This record gives sequence, C-alpha cells and structure tokens, in this order.
Amino acid sequence: MTNDVKKKKQLMTRLIPLIVFLCVSIFLYIGLFRDATVLESTFIGRPVPEFALNDLVEPELQHDKSVLSGKPMLLNVWATWCPTCYSEHKYLNELAEDGVYIVGMNYKDERKKALKWLDELDNPYKISLYDPDGMLGLDLGVYGAPETFFIDSKGIIQYKHVGDINPRNWNGELKAVYEQLK
Amino acid sequence: MKKIFVLMTLMLSFSVAAVIDVYDFETEEQEALFRTLTAELRCPKCQNNNLADSNASIAKDMRQKTYNMVVDGKEEDEIVTYWIDRFGNFVLYKPPVTLGTAILWVGPGLFILFGGLIIVRNSRRKVSVETDDRDEELSSAEKDRLAKILKDSEK
Repeated sequence: MTNDVKKKKQLMTRLIPLIVFLCVSIFLYIGLFRDATVLESTFIGRPVPEFALNDLVEPELQHDKSVLSGKPMLLNVWATWCPTCYSEHKYLNELAEDGVYIVGMNYKDERKKALKWLDELDNPYKISLYDPDGMLGLDLGVYGAPETFFIDSKGIIQYKHVGDINPRNWNGELKAVYEQLK
Repeated sequence: MKKIFVLMTLMLSFSVAAVIDVYDFETEEQEALFRTLTAELRCPKCQNNNLADSNASIAKDMRQKTYNMVVDGKEEDEIVTYWIDRFGNFVLYKPPVTLGTAILWVGPGLFILFGGLIIVRNSRRKVSVETDDRDEELSSAEKDRLAKILKDSEK
C-alpha cells in the first residue's frame, strides 16, 4: 500500500522535468512564429490626435482632425521611399473602387515625388495629408510604412494594421474589421 | 615596409557609436533628463538600440520630440507615458510588472526556491538511506564470504 503511494510519488517527480520541458518547448515554438517587428497596438480606442497638416495635392489647403471622422475610413500611411507601399498601392486602388473610403498620409516624403507617384499609379485617396517631418506620424505611433489605421465615424481609432494590405489579409480579417466600424 | 604599415592601418576599423546631434538646454537638469530618457527608451524600429544610439529616422524624430517635451518642462513620467501610449511597453528597456511579464520577475525566485527545496529533500533522503545501511550488522554467512573474498584478493 505505502509502496504503491511511494511509487506514484516517484513517477510524479520523474515526470516534472518532462512537463517543464514541454512547457518551455511550447513557449519557444510559439515564439518562432511571432513577428518581433510588429509592436502591440496601444492607440486602439482613442480619438485621433489634434493636428494641422497641409493637403498634398493643394498646398494651400489645411486639414485638421475633423477630416478623420464622419464615416468609417482607413488612414493609410505611405511614402515613395517605401517599396512595400508600392506593392500595396494597386490593391488600395481596387479597394477604393469598391467604395472603401481611404485617406492617405504621405509620411516623411517629398511632395514632388509623391505627386508623381499618384499621377502614375492612380490615386485611391479621397484626401491626401502631407506630413513631411513625420510629426503626426509620431503622434499616431507610426514607426514605419505602410501602416493603416481603421477609424470609425466618431474619429476613434479602432484598429491598426502594420505592413501592406493585400487580398489575403483583407479577405482574411481586415475586411471584417472595416465592416464592423460604425 | 612602409606600404605594409599603411595597408595594416587601413585594415583597422573603429566603431563610432555616438550620434551627432546638437541640443541646447536651459538647465543642467533638463540635459540630464534628456540623457537618461534617450538612454532608457528603445527605438521602435530597431530591435536593440536605444534612442541615443540609433540613427534610424524614427529615433531621430523621437529624440527631437523628447527634447521638445523636456524643454517644455514636462516631467520624466509624462514623457515616458507619452511614448508608451504610442509604441507600447516595447519602448521601455525595463519591462513593467504585468501579467505577461510576471514570469520574468517571479520566475528566477521560484526557480531558486523550488530548486533549493528539491536539493534539501534529496540530500535528507540520502542521509537516511546511508544510516540505514550502517545499522545493519553482517550475518555470519556474509562475514565468512567477506573474509573469503579478502583472502582471495590478497593472493
């Protein structure tokens, strides 16, 4: 009787290293597939910060945060120095054609190059903000391009996507996020 | 000889870590605060650089913004919160205690505690086993056998 209990106890103590090993393996295995360059989004559920930026196409026109509310929309951060933005641009055109309201923010770029880009590749943006020194970008927590913010009609940021939007992730999850915006 | 010397000096390389930016401060406290902040905040684009060391353009912008806030008289906490709000706890080199990071803070302590307990328990068990053996007297048959073995080995 006591021998049985002793044996069971021994078995348990022998299993502990195995269990610890399995836990560590699972932890590290998950870590393998985590993209370390994507940071946790912290700006979710907050209103767009105050800003005053000029229009990209019409330099005299000035925009403030009121342009980023009123209807569900995407705020796409892009630049001509960003190769991923180039590959994303074609799909943004398609989305715009499907009726998705997209505001563009040209980030740390030159106006001339940006205008040439929109001229050649088509312009999916209803409004284009021009942020040459990247200060609104900084205020929004942008740390690269492209990044896309999902903003609801009250001007509250509901979601942030780091990296390009493509048919795979749009149909996978982003479309649902966009359709849930009120 | 001279040529070889020149060649060898060319092969030497020096790492230059300092970023050359010039910031003017009104007080020494502000400058000290700026230095601590840029040393303790991490550049979001780089995996392992602080703001002071990084040449990434985002780090430059963040240095500028941090400078502006320092000169505006903002407190250290306010500035740190501003950056956490935007880039998450990633910007901190020292992770705060949260549910997700608890293992980092408590883990080593638990490890030592449990390890210590196991060591103490095992050593106690061994001692008791040893004393058990010592208490046992050899039977007469075993004594005979032992004597025989010893005798054999002497030959």
